[in-house]
Amino acid sequence: MVKRVVTGNYAAAHGAKISRAEFVAAYPITPQTFIVEHISEFVNDGEMDCDFVRMESEHSAMSAMVSAAATGVRTFTATASQGLALMHEILFIGAAIRLPLVMPVVNRTVAAPIGIWAEYNDTMPQRDTGWMQVYVEDNQEVLDMVLQAYRIAENRDVLLPMMVNLDAFILSHTVEPVDLYGYEEADKFLPKYEPHVHLLPEDPMAIGTFTPPEYIQELRYQTDAAMEASKKVIGEVNKEFADLFGRDYGGLIEEYRTDDAEVVLVTLGTVTSTARKVVDDLREEGKAVGLVKLRFFRPYPTDELRAIADRVKAVGIYDRSIAFNNGGPSFIEAKSALYGYTIPIVNFLAGIGGRDVFYSDVKLMFETLLEAASKGEAEKDVIWMSTRGVDA
Amino acid sequence: MNMKDLPDKELFTSGHTACPGCAAPIVVRNVMKILGEKTLVYNPACCLLVFGGTYPWVAWEVPYHHVAFENTGACATGMTRALKRMDRDDCTVLGMAGDGGTADIGFQALSGAAERNEDILYLMYDNEAYMNTGIQRSGATPFGAWTTTTPAGKVIGGKEQFKKDVAQIMLAHAVPYVATANLAYPADFLRKVEKAKNMKGFRFLQVYSPCPTGWRADTDSAIKLSKMAVETGLWTQWEADHGVVKINAKPKFTPIRDYLKLQGRFAHMTDEQIDVLQEWVKKKWERDEKWLGALSE
Ligand SMILES: Cc1ncc(C[n+]2csc(CCOP(=O)(O)OP(=O)(O)O)c2C)c(N)n1
Ligand SMILES: [Mg+2]
Repeated sequence: MVKRVVTGNYAAAHGAKISRAEFVAAYPITPQTFIVEHISEFVNDGEMDCDFVRMESEHSAMSAMVSAAATGVRTFTATASQGLALMHEILFIGAAIRLPLVMPVVNRTVAAPIGIWAEYNDTMPQRDTGWMQVYVEDNQEVLDMVLQAYRIAENRDVLLPMMVNLDAFILSHTVEPVDLYGYEEADKFLPKYEPHVHLLPEDPMAIGTFTPPEYIQELRYQTDAAMEASKKVIGEVNKEFADLFGRDYGGLIEEYRTDDAEVVLVTLGTVTSTARKVVDDLREEGKAVGLVKLRFFRPYPTDELRAIADRVKAVGIYDRSIAFNNGGPSFIEAKSALYGYTIPIVNFLAGIGGRDVFYSDVKLMFETLLEAASKGEAEKDVIWMSTRGVDA
Repeated sequence: MNMKDLPDKELFTSGHTACPGCAAPIVVRNVMKILGEKTLVYNPACCLLVFGGTYPWVAWEVPYHHVAFENTGACATGMTRALKRMDRDDCTVLGMAGDGGTADIGFQALSGAAERNEDILYLMYDNEAYMNTGIQRSGATPFGAWTTTTPAGKVIGGKEQFKKDVAQIMLAHAVPYVATANLAYPADFLRKVEKAKNMKGFRFLQVYSPCPTGWRADTDSAIKLSKMAVETGLWTQWEADHGVVKINAKPKFTPIRDYLKLQGRFAHMTDEQIDVLQEWVKKKWERDEKWLGALSE
């Protein structure tokens, strides 16, 4: 095992390289820029055999990705924030014509106000585009999930694109030791690309034609069914990866000390690491707290969450973005998944705009949950953590 | 290739649903005969997307692809690059877009692809408005023309700006080939498409494409109007082969009034407006002769 100390962005670029992406189309944006810079270096140093097109916008980058994949090659791009917003239109198309595109998104606040730090208001609004979304916790997971993303996306039961979402700066620009395995190991896990469609004169296909209502509803149903089917594939790929590389991420979610927990907090991204420590410390104090790392936001782990809700007395949902007037997106999803449950479900909004989420913030989340569990109800269901102008 | 050498086999077949008298299917049908079976077509949102086939039918006998409206340059980039990765140097990638998808919303992707000198043949079929969405003005709509967004009102009558010259902007990108073409000059048309086919890199063709529905003209007038556009000087036929320009036809400067009166889109124009447009033709030709002429051999 070659452990090297690298940033999340390096891990993402390395992932593209060892996945043998043949076509990369990208446009720079902070904090994703290092990904395209590293790929430029790999290509110019002859370490990565791919066609890297420096596009003139993210809209064009995603368009070129879709068309290159439709023609028949494995593709890669990466973006963040405004760049993802600019791609929005084409995200729907890549998913609806069922192309296995893979794209790390470095989660960054979407203006206004303009900022460059972590917030999920770039990826969360892409929920209904048909892309799978995984949120990662550390730089190793960035690399491992780029590789897994291709396996899942290219599975014939799935054929949907995937975003691998990593927190701005906290991962993208922070170095950590990463098992930086190479082509040989990757090849054992990810086979050579076999396109399921192509644009070739020997076997002409029409991809993306004008379609009347007689067919669109079935097409949406098929995409919905594929998203559902991806759950099983995600589990299988996770297991196969664990057998080969020794790292088991749990699939759709990871449960941490939830066995006899009375309350659980559902986190996404890097806040998970802080929450692990808080859980350990509270457990020392004899508090029955547990943690659920929500890895996939699409497909959404409804059954898994319900199984946990069966055993606990309160559920907390951490969100790093806000669906104005109705709590955060992860909270809304959880409430929908837990429809019919009478236990308190509490939303904690923190880290928005990239503000640090401290140990004390997460501890307060658990304390609030424990109190709600003992009373059987929560005082408030949406809580803005340490926010000026909000009564504590 | 001669006119009589054009293959019988149709790669854009009958059964499409273009309006009667539309020039675009004539353009496509003949372009496809010249380019042949080893052609991949990208088509953005435009009339051609709609009349070229509604799922599960399609009039195209070659690989055919649509993604969105404003990205012909980018999607064609993805296709041509992927082909190269697949060791397919034997195919032509044709991006065929309307004037709106080229001059306006798709201009960024077009300029990017040209600057990178992507191996693409980009064909702009110019019907001088957004026809697919119901005849709205585009950057390529001529001065004075009625469209549904430039109505012949009581105070303002028709489009107030002049036609954007996309081909000249493409010439400034210094790409291998830029040409304008017109169905009323079939030998010239064939020669230009064939020349573009046999080149590598970015090639741009702007083809005049009358739309009787949107222009409020008779359904048998497409070719007549095409010829008159050249004879009046409204449309300059020229080509630039690696930067060397040739003006292919000198206008006769027949009065534009004869051309305008065949089209309902100009029916409201006042004498002053017609004079303004006539003056524009004169100035345009002087400029074309000076600028394009300076680049001739
Ligand atoms: C982003 C976006 N904006 C607007 C539209 C609506 N739209 C579809 S085709 C079209 C006009 C096409 O005009 P042009 O490119 O000139 O082609 P034509 O239909 O005239 O042949 C418009 C406005 C769209 N499909 N996508
Ligand atoms: Mg048009």
